[in-house]
Amino acid sequence: MQNPKNFVVKTALLLALPLMGLATPMLAAADEVNVYSYRQQFLTDPIFDAFTAETGIKVNTVFAKKGLIERLENEGMNSPADLVLVTNVGNLAAAVDAGVTQSLKNDVLEANIPLSFRDTDGHWFGLTSRGRIIVTSKDRVADGIISSYADLAKPELEGRICTRSGKHSYMVELIASVVAHEGEAAASDWLTAVKGNLARKPQGNDRAQVKAISEGECDVAIINTYYMGAMMTNPDQQAWADSVNVIFPNQSDRGTHMNISGVVLTKASPNRDSAIKLLEYLASDSAQSMYATNNHEYPIKADVAPSDLVSSWGEFKKDTLSLNEIAAHRAQASRLVDTVDYDG
Amino acid sequence: MTADKPSAPPKPQLPTLGGAVTGRVKATWGSSTSYQSATPSAVIWPGGSFRFSASRIASTRQLRNTAVHPTLNSIPFPEVQYRKHVPGAPRRSRHSVLTDSPARQTYKEQQRHRHLSLSNGIWASIRGWPLVALIVAFIVCLPIFSVLYLALNPEENIWPHLWDTVLLRYISNTLMLMTGVAVGTLCIGVSTAWLVTRYEFPGRSIFNWALLLPFAVPAYVIAYIYTDLLEFAGPVQSALRATFGWKLANEYWFPSIRSLPGAITMMVLVLYPYVYLLARAAFLEQSASVLEAAKILGGSSRSRFFRIALPMARPAIVVGLAMALMETLNDFGTVDYFAVRTLTSGLYDVWLGMNNLGGGAQIASLLLLFVMVLVGLEKVSRRHREHYQPTASRFRKLNRRKLVGKSAAFATISCFLPVLLGFLLPAWVLLNYSIRYFEQSYTEDFRQIALNSVGLSATAAVAAVSVGILLSYSQRLRPTRLLKTSVNISSLGYAVPGAVLAIGVIIPFAAIDNGIDAFMRSQFDISTGLLLSGTVFALVFAYTVRFLAVAYGSVDASMKKISPHMDDAARSLGHSSLTILSRIHLPLMKSGILTAALVVFVDCMKELPATLVLRPFNFDTLATHVYQFASDELIGEAALGSLLIVLVGLVPVVLLTVSIDRSQELKAAGISTVGTSSHAT
Repeated sequence: MQNPKNFVVKTALLLALPLMGLATPMLAAADEVNVYSYRQQFLTDPIFDAFTAETGIKVNTVFAKKGLIERLENEGMNSPADLVLVTNVGNLAAAVDAGVTQSLKNDVLEANIPLSFRDTDGHWFGLTSRGRIIVTSKDRVADGIISSYADLAKPELEGRICTRSGKHSYMVELIASVVAHEGEAAASDWLTAVKGNLARKPQGNDRAQVKAISEGECDVAIINTYYMGAMMTNPDQQAWADSVNVIFPNQSDRGTHMNISGVVLTKASPNRDSAIKLLEYLASDSAQSMYATNNHEYPIKADVAPSDLVSSWGEFKKDTLSLNEIAAHRAQASRLVDTVDYDG
Repeated sequence: MTADKPSAPPKPQLPTLGGAVTGRVKATWGSSTSYQSATPSAVIWPGGSFRFSASRIASTRQLRNTAVHPTLNSIPFPEVQYRKHVPGAPRRSRHSVLTDSPARQTYKEQQRHRHLSLSNGIWASIRGWPLVALIVAFIVCLPIFSVLYLALNPEENIWPHLWDTVLLRYISNTLMLMTGVAVGTLCIGVSTAWLVTRYEFPGRSIFNWALLLPFAVPAYVIAYIYTDLLEFAGPVQSALRATFGWKLANEYWFPSIRSLPGAITMMVLVLYPYVYLLARAAFLEQSASVLEAAKILGGSSRSRFFRIALPMARPAIVVGLAMALMETLNDFGTVDYFAVRTLTSGLYDVWLGMNNLGGGAQIASLLLLFVMVLVGLEKVSRRHREHYQPTASRFRKLNRRKLVGKSAAFATISCFLPVLLGFLLPAWVLLNYSIRYFEQSYTEDFRQIALNSVGLSATAAVAAVSVGILLSYSQRLRPTRLLKTSVNISSLGYAVPGAVLAIGVIIPFAAIDNGIDAFMRSQFDISTGLLLSGTVFALVFAYTVRFLAVAYGSVDASMKKISPHMDDAARSLGHSSLTILSRIHLPLMKSGILTAALVVFVDCMKELPATLVLRPFNFDTLATHVYQFASDELIGEAALGSLLIVLVGLVPVVLLTVSIDRSQELKAAGISTVGTSSHAT
């Protein structure tokens, strides 16, 4: 047992060598903003690049679909992150609940973002919104059969509906909005009936549902608006999108359920000034119209026009239920999905 | 193997001066070198009157391990100096002791023994190698402990709800998935390994390594590809419709790929190489003489396989199977894509859907329970491993039987199918997409991204294997229950779903960083910020923890094949444990170490969920680059990156197989006899 230290030192050196090649400079300079992003880089990079071009402030990102809020929470006051980009209300609520956000009063943001799409205390801001719409087969579903989410429970739709997993945040939030509007019992009945109408076990993303309609596997699907835009611009998928009609549900009463992508300013934000500049930029005309054209989302800023395709669907009534309400009913909705065995 | 008993009971007889008196009485695996501390390291007593039996030796257990035969204890010993000069200690003449009076000598020896017997106590177990190993083992256990800690603090109790609704489905799906994967990987892995090691047929030398290729394909990628091929709009069903004139999906029946059987098939296709790799190595090690003896005794070829070869290879096969099953357990991408609700998908739902990380950690702990059963299974199977080793003094390479006609065709097809379905077809699809989507998917960063992947994976492979060697060797030097338990716990990392393990890494790292920062602030008014979190180091650490089970398993298996006699001999020649490791063990374990490094490397190339969460800013690996598209089911844009993962993963697979083969051939030819002589009785 002579000298284990030697071995350890050698091993450490051996390890350190390739590491040094990899190490990226981590020190935050003054003209940088660090972003934890739940949105894919290919969506955010063009906007960040434009921001950098305009202001000279570099934007560093880490993208992941889960765990970033937990990372932020554990890193505490030393966290390098300034902003967190989130894709649903659940993440927003999780970030606020974890206490990693700071409240921000900012005139530009408040002028650009309607009150229903931001926190009254300034802990989070919506950036884009998407309608949760119903699409129906052009060939096989007559006009007027479906005009609301409630109509999905109609018996004549048995074996004709396709959706993604009920556990996905878009579905959970839709169900949460039904719970908030109509109460849990009614929501449970509705979800049970929808489940009874499913053509197949919930699977795939929203795009896959439209594809299934074009292939004849089902006739009705619930999707987010921007998927239609994405399919329309992809030559391989245009035929799928062409096979369906778009219905904005509940126009005669509460309006179409909307989900949002948003952003929070972290409590520990080391580059607060630059971060606020980026926040203002994200709510500005140029970033908002990039969101609209690149990803076919509805801009949150009132005077920015959606993409041509999205505009062609016209104005519609949006559900103005507060996002806090949806966040509050999220866990309940998620349990409801288990109870009615929606994914089973 | 009968190394634990002397082949013939040594007769008590007077040794001649200077003759070797090393009757090994009861050496258990790994314990042999522990006599280092029990054996007088400088017994210097020719003609003296010192009696071992009269000296104070604390534990009789230690005596069993000494190089001292009990019946010879009353005999004066020849002078033997075991230990090399320790730097710093005064250099003594070997014979200087002789100048002392016999009484003085007795006293000195007793003092030495007292010291040695003290060192057999609690101190010895946490000194030197074992101490380093314990610290390392503890550190790699930290993420697991963090997960367990989280499990103690759930936001709310999820179990009543889960029990009432979906828990049984989660568990039954998980069990069915595991059973299916176990059966599938065993059938494909073992049968192909048997074919390529025992028979000669067209293409055998290619299949030998080609059968490992599916290993480089990530499970989630193969899931996308097969869905793309087999779903309604895919080429298969389109062709069927064109042939039979069907139009809509409800006009005919076609098995749904997005189902439990589909998920099982996908996992089997990419996970069978684990079983194949280990089964092949085990079959290669089996000596022809055993099987020929069975043949002479009238065993049919079937019974030779099932009653001789298979049981002999069983420990290795079970190790491979355990790896495949652990990977099945932690998989989320495939089961999620195929809408199969397993415990892992339930875990993510509780964590993200219900915003209850603690509840998710509880499900993770349940997964760990599954794994402990698996690991236990493996341990039970490996407990008698030494009995399965071939008698190497008669080791002879088995001549492969030449197959002709139908059976040759059958063998070729059996080996070709897994390669075709697990590698060629997916790679071809990926290639097609890569070409079509080249414009959209090619970025100038690809070179850097690929370099990141390779560098990170190589570093993690070195780290995991080094830790594996350290832990395994410490166990060999001085097996302690504490260390063993730590090793077992850290091996669990393989079964924890990546994102949860990532949280398990974040918690201690952030705590350490913030602790250091708080200390530096309070003492020196300097903020150190985050030193470890969000660095490449955290990533390498996570990989090491995640894949330590693989590295340790492979390293430990080859370490255990080395006879303790080797340690004894080297030790008696005055070498330190470190020299023995670097000059004897490491060269002998070369193929085991290479295998471990390969598996870890390829696994790291494919690793996704932990990488996503832990990586530094603006840092992409091939897997994360692919994921941003794959997560949105954009297979075309993801194809080029996936293809690169596969291609980069291929290089070591091929290199390694060739190198292992060569060393096996050499061994069989008797060139590297050290390795095989370890099995001598």
